[in-house]
Amino acid sequence: MTTAPRAAAATEVTPDELMTVNAARALAGARTCFVGIGLPSTAANLSRRTDNPDLVLVYESGTLGSKPTRLPLSIGDGELADTADAVVSVPEIFNYWLQAGRIDVGFLGAAQTDRYANINTTVVDRGPGRPEGRLPGAGGAPEIAANCGRVLMVLRHSTRNFVEKLDFTTTVGHGSGPGDRERLGLRGRGPTAVITDLGILRPDPETAELVLTEVHPGVTTDRVRAATGWELRVADRVTATAPPTEAEITALRTLKNAGRSAA
Amino acid sequence: MAEIRTLHDAVAELVHDGDTVAMEGFTHLIPFAAAHEIIRQGITDLTLVRMTPDVIYDQLIGAGLVKKLVFSWGGNPGVGSLHRFRDAVENGWPRPLEIDEHSHAGMANRYVAGASGLPFAVLRGYRGSDIPERTDTVSTVTCPFTGEELAAVRAVNPDVTVIHAQQADHDGNVQLWGLTGVQKEAALAARRVLVTVEEIVDELTPRPTGVVLPGWAVTAVAPAPDGAHPSYAAGYSVRDNAFYQAWDPISRDRDAFRKWIEEHVHDRSQAR
Repeated sequence: MTTAPRAAAATEVTPDELMTVNAARALAGARTCFVGIGLPSTAANLSRRTDNPDLVLVYESGTLGSKPTRLPLSIGDGELADTADAVVSVPEIFNYWLQAGRIDVGFLGAAQTDRYANINTTVVDRGPGRPEGRLPGAGGAPEIAANCGRVLMVLRHSTRNFVEKLDFTTTVGHGSGPGDRERLGLRGRGPTAVITDLGILRPDPETAELVLTEVHPGVTTDRVRAATGWELRVADRVTATAPPTEAEITALRTLKNAGRSAA
Repeated sequence: MAEIRTLHDAVAELVHDGDTVAMEGFTHLIPFAAAHEIIRQGITDLTLVRMTPDVIYDQLIGAGLVKKLVFSWGGNPGVGSLHRFRDAVENGWPRPLEIDEHSHAGMANRYVAGASGLPFAVLRGYRGSDIPERTDTVSTVTCPFTGEELAAVRAVNPDVTVIHAQQADHDGNVQLWGLTGVQKEAALAARRVLVTVEEIVDELTPRPTGVVLPGWAVTAVAPAPDGAHPSYAAGYSVRDNAFYQAWDPISRDRDAFRKWIEEHVHDRSQAR
């Protein structure tokens, strides 16, 4: 006999926590994950503390199999190296491990994404007569998205982030639609889910366009549409994500508090 | 054999106006003390190369010493923007900043080509990205064996590469360990190599993950204890995450930035 895990009281859970918990769940079954810093790192570390304790975390600073006890602020925090199975050089992590197709899942954030889950992290257009707004740039993302078996994305849902047309394509998700990844020679499957603070979008198997398939408890599809900068397609049957369990929320808060006290 | 020098003399001898300079260290072992010495000496019109410009290049850019930046990710890790970098790119303050922008994989391979004495490196990268439209150092090459089209990135060969390491011996042999990033490639790609170290020891003891640069591959070694702060040197210090967070409001404001540089760089004979 098993009992269903007790759900955390819904009022206590923030939209960001819903996003992170669902992002961590998306890593169930993955063996290896190339982890971007920020939200992806939080989610990947939460996954290790909940349903995927054996998940191998790979950071672009050169660590394979990091097991940090607290959230790193940067991808180069010492604990990532101290707890790793192996530490390698930056050229090696990109060439031998990522490019050679050894990593199952790439986990990315984004400043802007579009209906085909392409990513802009380079510049934003701020209108006529104003200089382009500068973002950090590509980092590892173009090759992570190209070479991992599949890609998960996590970002907050707003019309500022989910745009009709990217100001700059830094990283290709599904390009301009079906067949584009094959045409470009991108070997992984590309983005398979975009997890936000409102719900989850997945590419349509035929059109590659993102479709809203799940909403978080209490979120309406209209609200998600309003937060999306294009005419968002909604699945015939949209399901609600399972509320976070007590265990998930406790693990997430412990992780975040450990990070804070160390900062 | 590498000469053991003071930080002041090593920077004065190896780094010149107009040079292309790579100061590497992927979050770990970032050579801040050497950068502060460059600021104190006012060495200018630099082309700076670095995968992650980080706070170190934010400071050099804000100090007005940089004409061009070659990079692949320009943020304050875990905190947000590099505001001096943004101000230079967006508003030309304190001077316009030319940029040559890549992905991490591309930059890493540019160093590999430079260290290997090759004109370019090959990788599976940049496909479908707009990045190649804004740089003349990415192209394509067709594999002569399979016909596959691959990205080609031009070698980077700095006039001088500056890195920070934990230890050197009296002959200038250097050992760094922990996250060793792209420092070996950046050093071997350069015409001159300056290594600042936490300490000079009588004998180097082999370390797991240790990278050794023989003294004959290094131009000069300069002792600079805590010379990676607010970055860190594994075995000697931990990353000062609070400083990286405190840098955000300082770098947002031009006057606060100038005041910080005045107080923490110019007024110190030895940077920390």
